[in-house]
Amino acid sequence: MIKILFFGALRERLQCASLQMALNTPCAVSEVLQQLRQQSGLFAEALADNQLLCALNQQLCGTEVLVQSGDEVAFFPPVTGG
Amino acid sequence: MPDLEMTTAQQPEQKAQQPEQKAQQPEQQQQLQPKFDIRVQNADFSLQDVYQQLAATPYCGAVVTFVGLVRDHPELQLQALELEHYPGMTEKALQQIATEAAQRFDLKAVTVIHRIGLLAPQQQIVLVGVASAHRGSAFAGAEFIMDYLKTKAPLWKKQHDAKGAAWVEAKASDQAQQQKWQ
Repeated sequence: MIKILFFGALRERLQCASLQMALNTPCAVSEVLQQLRQQSGLFAEALADNQLLCALNQQLCGTEVLVQSGDEVAFFPPVTGG
Repeated sequence: MPDLEMTTAQQPEQKAQQPEQKAQQPEQQQQLQPKFDIRVQNADFSLQDVYQQLAATPYCGAVVTFVGLVRDHPELQLQALELEHYPGMTEKALQQIATEAAQRFDLKAVTVIHRIGLLAPQQQIVLVGVASAHRGSAFAGAEFIMDYLKTKAPLWKKQHDAKGAAWVEAKASDQAQQQKWQ
């Protein structure tokens, strides 16, 4: 199982802060995204935004990095703190 | 990042262990290690308290502090800013930025406080404070931390005004500002 988290405008748009996903691991973050987009039209649309950032186990990462079972993957819009 | 947990406000037990861990280090090494205070909290902070803490840093001759405020605009009628963060990752990201700044600019102490939750116009939102031997590295270190915080730390602002609520869009100028350090 993989834990998926969403933040900010993306979380609000999906009306989902987190979910668990069963995937054959290891797999790339891009494959996780692909699976998520297949959940619904809303997910497909919201996760098509190529400005989205992703983090693996709380470190910013690219979509090519490999995800293992038990990992935490987060997707969120560009940050606006400060 | 061995000293991450001990510096977060939410973990007082770990903070209490700090003197023990430090006591095991040789005296000289202890003096060379920069001191970090990284906090993500809803509560307000006192610039005076942070300044006093930074100014007490051994061998420092310069303290630079920056405080960011919730900014209103005459046409906006801002009611509040709502700050969302990624618990765990935000603290880690701020610690990484502070550590990189300390190495790059030879900072002796770094404090970063970022508030979350609902904040009214003119309230304090972020504080960056650094202590260093000289002013040049202190100014540069504080600016570096703010520029990186704006583009790398997982925090999101939602604006509440007369028209309703909307997420603040990331600015290209903030990206450009951060890239100048590369």
